[in-house]
Amino acid sequence: MIVRTPPKKASSSAIAGSLQAEHDVAAPVSIHDMTVAYHRRPVLWDIDYAAPAGQLIGIVGPNGAGKSTLIKACLDLVPRASGSVRFFGNPYKKQRRQIGYVPQRESVDWDFPASALDVVTMGRYGRIPWCVPVRRKDRAKALHCLEQVGMADYATRQISKLSGGQQQRVFLARALVQEAQVYFMDEPFAGVDAATEQAIVILLRELKTQGKTCIVVHHDLQTVPEYFDHVVLLNMRIVASGPTAETFTSENLHRTYGGRLTLLDKAASAVARLGTD
Amino acid sequence: MARRWIDILNCPTRWAQSLSRKSHSSAFWVGLVLCLGITFSLVRPCNADQGEPTSATHFDNAHTGSQADGQPSTSHLLIRALTLRDHRTRVVVIGTTLLGIAAGVIGTFAYLRKRAMMGDALSHATLPGVAGAFMIMGTKNLPVLLTGAAATGVLGVLCVAGLRRIPRIKEDAAIGIVLSVFFGIGMVLMSLVQEMNTGQEAGLNTFIYGKAAALLVQDAQIIGGVTLLVLLGAVLLFKEFRAVCFDSSFAASQGISPTWVDFLMMGLVVLTTVVGLQAVGLILVVALLIIPSAAARFWTDHLVVMTLLAGLIGAVSGWIGSTISASAPRLPTGAIIVIVAGCLFFGSMLFAPHRGVIASLARRWSIARKVALQHLLRALAECEELADRGKTIPLEMVLPKRSWSAAQLRRLIQRATRLALLERSSSSSLQLTTAGRIDAERILRNHRLWEMYLIKYADIAPSHVDRDADEIEHILPVPLVQELERALLDSEATPPSPHGEEGAAR
Amino acid sequence: MTWDWALDGWIILAGVLSATSCALLGNYLVLRKMSLMGDAISHAVLPGLAIAFILSNSRSAWPMFMGAVIVGVFTALMIEAINRYGKVETGAAMGVVFSTLFAIGLVLIRQVADHVDLDPGCVLYGNIVQIPLDAFGGGIPPAITNLAVVLALNAAFVALLYKELKISSFDPELATTQGINASWMHYALMIMTAVTTVANFEVVGSILVIAMLIVPPVVAHLLTDRLGAMIALSLVVAISAAMGGHVLALFGPGWIGLDATANTSAMMAVVAGMLLALALLFSPHHGLIGRAYHRWALAQRIVQQDILGLLYRWHEMRPGENQPLPREHVLEAVGDGALARWAIRSLLRRCHVESRIVGGCERGLELSKEGRAAATQLIRSHRLWEVYLAKHFNLPPDHLHEPAERMEHFITDELHEQLAHDLTMPSHDPHGRSIPEPDNP
Repeated sequence: MIVRTPPKKASSSAIAGSLQAEHDVAAPVSIHDMTVAYHRRPVLWDIDYAAPAGQLIGIVGPNGAGKSTLIKACLDLVPRASGSVRFFGNPYKKQRRQIGYVPQRESVDWDFPASALDVVTMGRYGRIPWCVPVRRKDRAKALHCLEQVGMADYATRQISKLSGGQQQRVFLARALVQEAQVYFMDEPFAGVDAATEQAIVILLRELKTQGKTCIVVHHDLQTVPEYFDHVVLLNMRIVASGPTAETFTSENLHRTYGGRLTLLDKAASAVARLGTD
Repeated sequence: MARRWIDILNCPTRWAQSLSRKSHSSAFWVGLVLCLGITFSLVRPCNADQGEPTSATHFDNAHTGSQADGQPSTSHLLIRALTLRDHRTRVVVIGTTLLGIAAGVIGTFAYLRKRAMMGDALSHATLPGVAGAFMIMGTKNLPVLLTGAAATGVLGVLCVAGLRRIPRIKEDAAIGIVLSVFFGIGMVLMSLVQEMNTGQEAGLNTFIYGKAAALLVQDAQIIGGVTLLVLLGAVLLFKEFRAVCFDSSFAASQGISPTWVDFLMMGLVVLTTVVGLQAVGLILVVALLIIPSAAARFWTDHLVVMTLLAGLIGAVSGWIGSTISASAPRLPTGAIIVIVAGCLFFGSMLFAPHRGVIASLARRWSIARKVALQHLLRALAECEELADRGKTIPLEMVLPKRSWSAAQLRRLIQRATRLALLERSSSSSLQLTTAGRIDAERILRNHRLWEMYLIKYADIAPSHVDRDADEIEHILPVPLVQELERALLDSEATPPSPHGEEGAAR
Repeated sequence: MTWDWALDGWIILAGVLSATSCALLGNYLVLRKMSLMGDAISHAVLPGLAIAFILSNSRSAWPMFMGAVIVGVFTALMIEAINRYGKVETGAAMGVVFSTLFAIGLVLIRQVADHVDLDPGCVLYGNIVQIPLDAFGGGIPPAITNLAVVLALNAAFVALLYKELKISSFDPELATTQGINASWMHYALMIMTAVTTVANFEVVGSILVIAMLIVPPVVAHLLTDRLGAMIALSLVVAISAAMGGHVLALFGPGWIGLDATANTSAMMAVVAGMLLALALLFSPHHGLIGRAYHRWALAQRIVQQDILGLLYRWHEMRPGENQPLPREHVLEAVGDGALARWAIRSLLRRCHVESRIVGGCERGLELSKEGRAAATQLIRSHRLWEVYLAKHFNLPPDHLHEPAERMEHFITDELHEQLAHDLTMPSHDPHGRSIPEPDNP
C-alpha cells in the first residue's frame, strides 16, 4: 500500500515559479524532494537529483535500497508520497515519447504468444493512435532495431524459446525503437551471458555518442567504473552522486553499503586502476 | 475515541489469543466436545419424533410452492426458529452450523495454502459423480451419491494438479477448465438421467443449489461426523498444516512431505465440500470455505486464533442464515447463509481493528497529518538555523524548502497556529513559539539522527526504519542513539542536510 | 433422433455465435491469468439480471445489458478493492465476491419467481433448444440477433484495440509508459465479458460461458506461438465444440444405447474438454506424446553416446589389440534395459558399431570407422570440458568427470571449437589422458 498525498494544485504562479526554480530545466531528468513510501516505511527518502545530459549513469546500491523504485517513481508507475520529477523541465505526461523504459526481465510472462519482433514492435505502440493497427514502417523500424542488437535472425522466434541474454536484447531493442532521449534500464545486466553483456555495453556507448542519456540500475560493483561515466550511490537516500572517478570512492561505497562487502576493496582498486590507465 | 473503539473491538481477539497462548490445542478440544454434544443432542430427539418431519417454519421449498395464506407472522416464526422449537428447524440449524464450523476450519488452511479457488473446481467436479453414481447404482441412497461425488471431486483436484504442470497452462486456467468441463459432464449425465425417466431422478438437482430445508437427521449426522473428522485432523495435523502453508519447501526439508499434507488437506476439503452439497449446493459451498477464513484473517495474525475464528464465523453464518431463512418465505437457505457470511466478511474488512480498511485509513490519515506538521516544523527549524534563533521567518524562505503548494502551506500554518506551535508575526512571516521550537528542534534532531543511522548502519535494516517515529529512542537502543549523536557532532564539518550535498555534487 | 435443419440449424448457429463471442475475449483473459475473472463475472451478473428484471419487469435486452455492465464493473472493482485494501489474494477475493453476489442473485430471483419466469437452473445450462421455438412466423429468433450483435461487438473490440489489448496484456507497465492506460483496458475487458455473459445466459447458461471463455484459448495456446493465430485457432476450436456438442448431444446417447438426448450446451462444454484432451496429447511441443517422444529421443542419444564413449575408452586402453568389448559388459555399464538394447541396435544399423563373435559364443562390440569419428568428437568434448572446469572453477580432478559426463551430450560443434580456442588447444585432460584431435577425413 502506498501512502498517497492529495494531488497538489499548482495554483499560484509564485508556486509554479518556485518549483521551476528547483528543477534544472536543461537536465534530462531532474528529481526534486521525492519520497516514496510503502505504509510508513519509506523506500526512497528526499531524493534530489539532476541527471547530466548525454551520459551513462549507473544507479548503484545494496538490495532493497530502492533502485528499481526510483525508476518506477520517475515514470509514474509507483505513486510518490511527495516531490516531483521533470524531464527537460516538463512533467512525464508531456515528455512520454522522449523516455524509454527497459523493465526487469522477470516482469512479464514469457509464455505470451508473441515473437521477438512483436515484442520490439510494442515499443512503437505509444506513437500509433488508438485503434490503428501497426504500420509497416513501424515494423521495419523494429526489425532494424533487432538487427542493431544482433537478434535479426531470431525475429520470428517465440520469446520463451530465447535464452536469457537474448530476451534481454529483445527488451533493449524495444527500448531503442522508442527513439527516446532518455532511457531507464532496470538491471539490464542481470542474468545475461558475457556476449550479451558486451553487446549491451557497446549499445549503451553508441547511445551516448548520439547524445542520449541512459540511467541504468546496476548491481555489479566491479564493472561500474568501466561502464558508467556517472554514478548515483543509493541507499534509500542518495548517498553520493557525480562523475564515477570522483564519486565511486571506497569511502562513499562504505557509506552506501555500510562497510559489509569485501568486494568494495576490489571495486575501489578498479577505480584506482582506471585512474592510472 | 478511535483508540477506545479499537480496544473494544480487540477484546475478543485478545481473549482468544490469551486462550491459545495457554494451550494451543485446548481450544480445539473445547470445540470438539461442543460438536460432540451438539451431534448427540441431535440424535436423541430424532428417535422421538421421526417420521413426522413437517415444519411450521418457512423453509424455502420450490416444489411445494409458497404458502402465503394462513401463515403466522414472521417475527413469530423467527422466535420459533431461534428457540429451535421444531424438530425440522433444529436439524437444519444444527446441520448448517456444524457445516460452517467444518468449512471454516479446513478452509483456513486451504486459504493460507492459496488453494481457495481450488474448492470451486472441486465442488463443480462433484456433479458428474453424483449423476454417475445415480445412473450406475440406480439409487438415491445418500452415502452412494456422496461417494460418487467424492470420487470425481478427487479426480477434479488431481486434474487441476496435472494441468498446472504443463507450462502453457497457468493455475487459474487449470481451475477454470476443470470447473467447466466437469460440470458440463455432470449436466450431460443429469439431462440423460432426467430423460430416462425412471421417476426417481427428482431431487438430484438439489446438489446444485442445495436444499438445506430438506436436510434429514441422517444428513445432519453425516455432517456432524465430517465436522468431527475435520476438527480432529486440524488438531492432529496442525503442525504439519502450518509448516506446509507457510513454506512448503522448508517443510519438505524438515521431512514433512508437502504432497502428503496437501493430499490430507484436500481430502478434508473434499469431505467438507461433499457433505456441504446437500446444504448449500455445489456453487456456493466454496463460499463457506473461503469467506470465513478470509474474514478471520482481518482480526488476527495468529494461526490458532484464525482457525478458531473462522470456525466461529462459519458457525454463526450457518446458524443465523438458516434461522433467517426459516423465518420468511422464499429465502433459499444456502444463499442466505452465504449472504450472512459475506456480510460478516465485509464487516470484518471494514471494522477490524488493525487490518481493517477503516482503521488503516484512519491511521494513514492521521499519520499524513502528523508528518505534514513535522515537515513544517523541520523546515522552520532549518530556517532558524540559517537565520537567528527567535527571529521571524519570512514565508518565501519556507516555501521552497519542500514541494508543497502555497495553499497546503497556508493550511499547515493555520493548524500549527491553532496548536500554538507558531505565531504569525505578519501576513508573510512567522515565528516559532517556545513549545513549537522545542518540538521543531526535536524533530530536526530525530531526522538527522535517522540520516546518520542510514549512513552508518545502512546494512542493518533500512527497511525497518520508521522515520516518522516520535522518538528515535523508541526504535533504536539508547547506546546506539548516543553513538549516532556523537557521530552527528563530529560530522559538523560536513553540511548536515543531504540537499546541500546534492547541490555540491551537481 | 432426427435432424431437422429448421430447428437444429438455429441451435447450432446459436451455439457457434455464443462460443465464438466468448472465445474471442477468453484469449485475453487466459493470457492475463484472469480466467477465473470470467468465472466470477459470469456468476456475479446474476443479481444484475435479477434487478434489471425487477425494475423493468420484462426480459427485454437493454435493461439486462445495463445491469450486466454495471455488475461487471462493480465485480471487477470490488475484487480489486478487496485485494488492495483488504490484502486478500486475488483468487480468494474473487471467491468472496462472486459467491456473495450469486447468493444475492438467487435470493432476488426467488423473490420475483412468480412475476418473471427466470429459472435458476436455466442460469446454469440455459435453454438452447428453446431458441428456434421463440421465432415467430419463421423469422430470425431474437436470441440469435442478440448473440450476433454481441459477437459483432466483441469482434470490433478485439480488432480495433488489437494492439492495445496485446501490449497491456503482455506488459502493463510498458503499456502505461506508452500512454495506453492498462487499467482502462482491464475494465473495458471486464465490461465486454459481462455483456457477453449476459447475452449468453439464457441461451447456453453460465457454465458454457466459462467453458468457452477458457477452454478454446487454452487449446489454441497449446498449438501456436502467435497471438493472431491463437485467436483464430480458438475460434476454430469454439466452432467445432459448438457443432460437435450439438451433434453429440442428439446422437451420442443413442450410440451407447440410451434412448435420450443430452443437454446441448453442457455437451458443448464436454466436447471442448475433449478437444483440450486431444491437444494435450498431440500438440507437437506441449503435448504429452510429443514431450514423451522428445524425452525418449534425448535419452536414446545419451545412451548411444555413452556406448560410443565406452567403446572408445576400451580401445584406448588396449592400443594395438583388436579386441571387441563383450556385449554384456556394455549393457552392464550403461544400464541393462530396453533403452540400451534399442540403442545398440540403432548403432549397429547406422554402422557406428560392428558386432563380432568373441571367444566361444559371446558377442562383442567394436567401433567402426564412422563410429570412431563420432566417438572421438565426443571424448574430445568431454575432456575439453574437464579442462575448462578445472581451469575456471578450480574443481579437484576427481570432481570433474561427473559434470563433464552430463555436459558432453550438449556441446555443440560451435561451442566445441570455442572451448578448444579458449583453452589454447590443450593436449591432455586434467587426469593426464590425451585429448584426441578430430579425425580429418
